[in-house]
Amino acid sequence: MKKNFEFIAALAFLGVVGIAAIAGLPGNILNLLIFMMIIALTAQGWNVLGGYGGLSSFGHAAFFGTGAYTTTILQTSFGINAWVGLVCGVILGAAVGALIGFLSFRAGLKGSYFALITLAFAEVLRILANSWDFTGGAAGMMVSINNGFAYLQFSDRRWFLLILIGFVAGGLLLTRWLERSAFGAYLIALRENDQAAQALGVDIFKIKIQAITLSAAITALAGCLYVQNFLFIDANVAYGSWISIEALFAAIVGGAGTMLGPLIGSVLLLGLGEITKSFSGGIAGVDLVVFGIILILCVAFAPNGIRGFVADLWYRRKSRGKAM
Amino acid sequence: MYSPTIIFEALMNGLMLGAVYALIALGLTLIYGVLHIVNFAHGALLTVAMYLVWLASDRFGLDPYVAILVVTPMMFAIGYCLQRFIIGPASRGSDNGILLATLGLSIVIQNLLLAGFNSDTRTIATDYAFEIVPLGPLLLSLPRVIGLGVSVVTAVLLWAILNRTDIGKAIRAVAKEKLGASLVGINVAHVYAMTFAIGTACLAIAGGLLMPSFYVSPTTGAAFVLVAFTIVVLGGMGSIPGALIGGLLIGVVEAISSLFLGDSLGQIGIFLIFILVLLVKPTGLFGARA
Repeated sequence: MKKNFEFIAALAFLGVVGIAAIAGLPGNILNLLIFMMIIALTAQGWNVLGGYGGLSSFGHAAFFGTGAYTTTILQTSFGINAWVGLVCGVILGAAVGALIGFLSFRAGLKGSYFALITLAFAEVLRILANSWDFTGGAAGMMVSINNGFAYLQFSDRRWFLLILIGFVAGGLLLTRWLERSAFGAYLIALRENDQAAQALGVDIFKIKIQAITLSAAITALAGCLYVQNFLFIDANVAYGSWISIEALFAAIVGGAGTMLGPLIGSVLLLGLGEITKSFSGGIAGVDLVVFGIILILCVAFAPNGIRGFVADLWYRRKSRGKAM
Repeated sequence: MYSPTIIFEALMNGLMLGAVYALIALGLTLIYGVLHIVNFAHGALLTVAMYLVWLASDRFGLDPYVAILVVTPMMFAIGYCLQRFIIGPASRGSDNGILLATLGLSIVIQNLLLAGFNSDTRTIATDYAFEIVPLGPLLLSLPRVIGLGVSVVTAVLLWAILNRTDIGKAIRAVAKEKLGASLVGINVAHVYAMTFAIGTACLAIAGGLLMPSFYVSPTTGAAFVLVAFTIVVLGGMGSIPGALIGGLLIGVVEAISSLFLGDSLGQIGIFLIFILVLLVKPTGLFGARA
């Protein structure tokens, strides 16, 4: 009942954003919303593995970057259609996820060790992308401008925002399916106690690999869409630690392991980032200082993120009402 | 294609750079060994130490090596307060909580430095930065020779603190058995903070050793943090001799792989070692537990 309410509220929110965009929003707000949706999608990917599976990755840039580079290279070097490039980007990103997952989970890594190895994989990819000619080296790559639906580029940015909203809504649907499926139940079981889950007959190795593959696919999709919007990619953007951190921040601050967490987190964090930037008078870094403080506060006072914090308040008020 | 002298020189330079790496890793492994936490803020704290050394030299004209004497107690105090008042209470002991709290802290520190000092790189000009020590046919850089010497002395000092003082005894007791230690009257929160402080103080020495030949910018420490993690994992999480040997080894690997692959691709050798060790033998060379 409650979950249904949340799901409908989230869809309504996305709908309102979409309608407002069509009705006409200033360009800078539109750009901010586009960025919020890209980060929300990235974080939705992180949330599958880190939130539901309890395996915190510090290197989701590995998937984001693979998606972004695949789309770009297929379009610029091979003249392949943007949508086909996007599908290939998602598949390759998922494959990278499966490979990293296979290696790490076979070695039994979890907790801090898993966080560190994902970070190292992303760094290796960053260094490679920065030195290969194939990926444009340190200069990066540009996607040539071709407006139109077939090219997944729009002179009117509202259309791009609507497409992004569609994908984020798809992410919500997927998470909703996850929460109700046997796969999701196994995933949560291994987060809570992997040894117990294994003893009860859950094939935890298989579930973990499936989770990281799905997680990587969603984040790779966000990477593809990122490059379709900004039309430029280099190694530090694609594989840099900033995107791994944004993904983790948005999901954890919003509420890891919840359907709405990533969306709440990205809207709130990026919104707050814009506000601090406008107040700090252009001093670089102030918005990220605020992010870091919020993360520490969340770890200390709201371990289930803002979604969990609000839910706690809600239930407390409700139960007090019943007692009276 | 390279003469043996060049390779041997690279080897020696690697060993000496590795000694400073080892010093950074020593603090990290000490914190891991006692608190069982992965301190993500270690790199950012190294940057803080380097900026303090730079400030001491820029504002007060102190030599970077002399500045170590001033910066070490400051870093000790910073480390103590961070663990006692922020990381400890915020994480409430959960592994994931500590990982995220120290990650948050590193982002706060790095960006405070960015806001305060902007992204320019700063260096200290000394008249001995490019001085060369001839050793037989080899030409070695003076700051690196000093780095090796001071790192070894610090490691011995650290060993003495852990094995010959009361606080060292308390630290070892807490590392072995937290509950037991608190039952015999050891203040665990205080010992945790002291350990964190000692680990952070190592960074002040490393910062002082690096500054004559290196630059500092807000992201400098981030470049070192993965190297330090690699050393700690390679040597075995929590193992002090492991950190020393791992540090020297990684220094050599970096020097040799940059000689053959160039500077930008050279770093990849370190990450590949890191990944391989984690996949094949996560307990490292000297670690007892995973």
